[in-house]
Amino acid sequence: MVTSRKGAGGKTAAAKKKAGAAGPDLVQLLTPEGDLVEHPDYSIDLSPEEYRGLYRDMVLVRRIDAEGTALQRQGELGLWAPLLGQEAAQVGSGRAQTAEDYAFPTYREHGVAWCRDVDPVNLLGMFRGVNNGGWDPNEKNFHLYTIVIGSQTLHATGYAMGMQRDGREAAVIAYFGDGASSQGDVNEAFVFASVNNAPVVFFCQNNQWAISEPNERQFRVPLYQRAAGFGFPGVRVDGNDVLACLAVTRAALEHSRSGNGPILVEAFTYRMGAHTTTDDPTRYRSSEELEEWKAKDPIMRMRSFLEKNKYADEAFFTEVDTEADTVAADIRARCVALPDPKPISIFDHVYAEPHPLMDEERAEYGAYWESFEGAH
Amino acid sequence: MAESTTKTQQISLSKGLNLGLRRALEDDPKVLLMGEDIGKLGGVFRVTDGLQKDFGEARVIDTPLAESGIVGTAVGLALAGYRPVVEIQFDGFVYPAFDQIVTQVAKMRARALGKVSMPIVIRIPFGGGIGAVEHHSESPEAYFAMTAGLRVVAASNPVEAYWMIQQAIASDDPVVFFEPKRRYWDKAELDPTATPYPLYASRVVRQGTDATVVAYGPMVKTCLEAAKAAEEEGRSLEVIDLRTLSPLDLEPVFASVRKTGRLITVHEASVFMGMGAEIAAKVTEKCFYSLEAPVLRVGAPHTPYPPSRVEEEFLPDLDRVLDAVDRAFAF
Repeated sequence: MVTSRKGAGGKTAAAKKKAGAAGPDLVQLLTPEGDLVEHPDYSIDLSPEEYRGLYRDMVLVRRIDAEGTALQRQGELGLWAPLLGQEAAQVGSGRAQTAEDYAFPTYREHGVAWCRDVDPVNLLGMFRGVNNGGWDPNEKNFHLYTIVIGSQTLHATGYAMGMQRDGREAAVIAYFGDGASSQGDVNEAFVFASVNNAPVVFFCQNNQWAISEPNERQFRVPLYQRAAGFGFPGVRVDGNDVLACLAVTRAALEHSRSGNGPILVEAFTYRMGAHTTTDDPTRYRSSEELEEWKAKDPIMRMRSFLEKNKYADEAFFTEVDTEADTVAADIRARCVALPDPKPISIFDHVYAEPHPLMDEERAEYGAYWESFEGAH
Repeated sequence: MAESTTKTQQISLSKGLNLGLRRALEDDPKVLLMGEDIGKLGGVFRVTDGLQKDFGEARVIDTPLAESGIVGTAVGLALAGYRPVVEIQFDGFVYPAFDQIVTQVAKMRARALGKVSMPIVIRIPFGGGIGAVEHHSESPEAYFAMTAGLRVVAASNPVEAYWMIQQAIASDDPVVFFEPKRRYWDKAELDPTATPYPLYASRVVRQGTDATVVAYGPMVKTCLEAAKAAEEEGRSLEVIDLRTLSPLDLEPVFASVRKTGRLITVHEASVFMGMGAEIAAKVTEKCFYSLEAPVLRVGAPHTPYPPSRVEEEFLPDLDRVLDAVDRAFAF
């Protein structure tokens, strides 16, 4: 995969138009109609197979997400946070990372998790209520989902300070949303990253809505411009354009990896679904707005691009859809088979070292629970 | 090993912490210190004096003035394999970091089912008695003690401070480490070659037979003075330095109460919902038939910390402790 800032190398013959409609402050490489456009600072030139790979990722991720929603509706999950509409931002930024980079997600980064090869069933545990995370963050360099808004941006910054001290050739990517930009922790993370020159990419998916509150309730200057006040660059990318998200995030990670400090990427996208399965977006936003964004759908534009350039045929699209159903069925089967934890296990991992109160209460509650017929 | 860590010497509590931190920095390259003004200034109480000069800016980090940021980045450093020791400048300034401590530091290990640990020490100077302005004299220990996943300890004298800070740093669990602000300049003789007392254990610091007094941090000295005064009045008080507030180590307290039949708990924090309440409940449960009187609690009234001109009346002192002892004998 080749992405670079400045100067495109023409590896494939896909037709390129001059930049235009997206506007000067929005990096776009693929229009909603599926046409490549040029940008003065960013370019992308992939093989047909790589283009197909990005399409496949997005379709699979959307299908996994739909399965999450279905599982919640059927009572198998207590809650689900859909990513519908944000596939390009997550797959583009996810595929930009190397295995050595480290990602700190919110609770909606199912697409990033997919790209980092995290088993999707791991993500379901907390939504099903069988654990509060539970996977080993260091296995795929993908931290546990963080629910309290914005906290993980500080963890990401601290982790980056650790990488810096260890001289690791890697960067951290911290995910957060437009709503989180109001949190003190996010702004403190900007300060700490800036003064420490920490190798961290702040990747904000501006999906326009913090539950029911639109952008104008959170900020009055475009988010990416905020970075300037903290002393590092900011760039806004079309978050529904997987190619631009890939190119911009790869450049951003390289920027941080190379000792240039933090950078803010604002992926301008749209949450087409609800905030979570408990939410009803019809109470606060118009169907016209949703329709407008549907026309910019990240998957449709990639499909148009593949078709226009004859990078994929009908058989490929059918094959991806079939694979998506297979993946979803597998996840469903493994989700419903997830065992409930034993009540006594709540004492197991609170402390690393022996703790008398844990021992005392484990014995006390354990005996009480065991006193019932048919106890675990 | 440097002479400063082998030679018997007269030290202040601040110096004890300084030597303990120095030794931890020497022993483990993963130990980092982070906080406001801890570098060139050496911290407002000089606890980190000279450490940045000797260990460099990458290990003794002057942070931006943002407590949540300090603790939040410490979480990330811990995830990356470091052992951060965070200084909160004053007790009343820990609250901006409260979310990171309670929500992230305390729960991370359980959330990860033990696959990660949080070996972070959060040092907090606490308590009053120094004539400070508002927000510089508080006793927030119970907030942290009631949070599962944290350990909470309080040092009471220079020698304890030297050993306990090293033990806290060596612990794989997060430790909130309370330092008795008004005792920073108390002096004692330190033998750095001695064997330290275990961190998570309370300790009888004065033997007695008539009543038991439990305290921690700055109140241990007050209670020892009270015991001395009581002796002149013919009463023998046993004084226990609690040392660890979470987990609590109450076996020595139970043993003492079974002997004396009377217990008084003493802390600067408010009596209402203070550490004394938990101790009283446990002692009542475990030593019910040994008690000659109800457990009495000495502490602060349920008001904000007052302006410093009235802190002398507000804070428990020798007389308040002896008054409680009298009341315990009046039952």
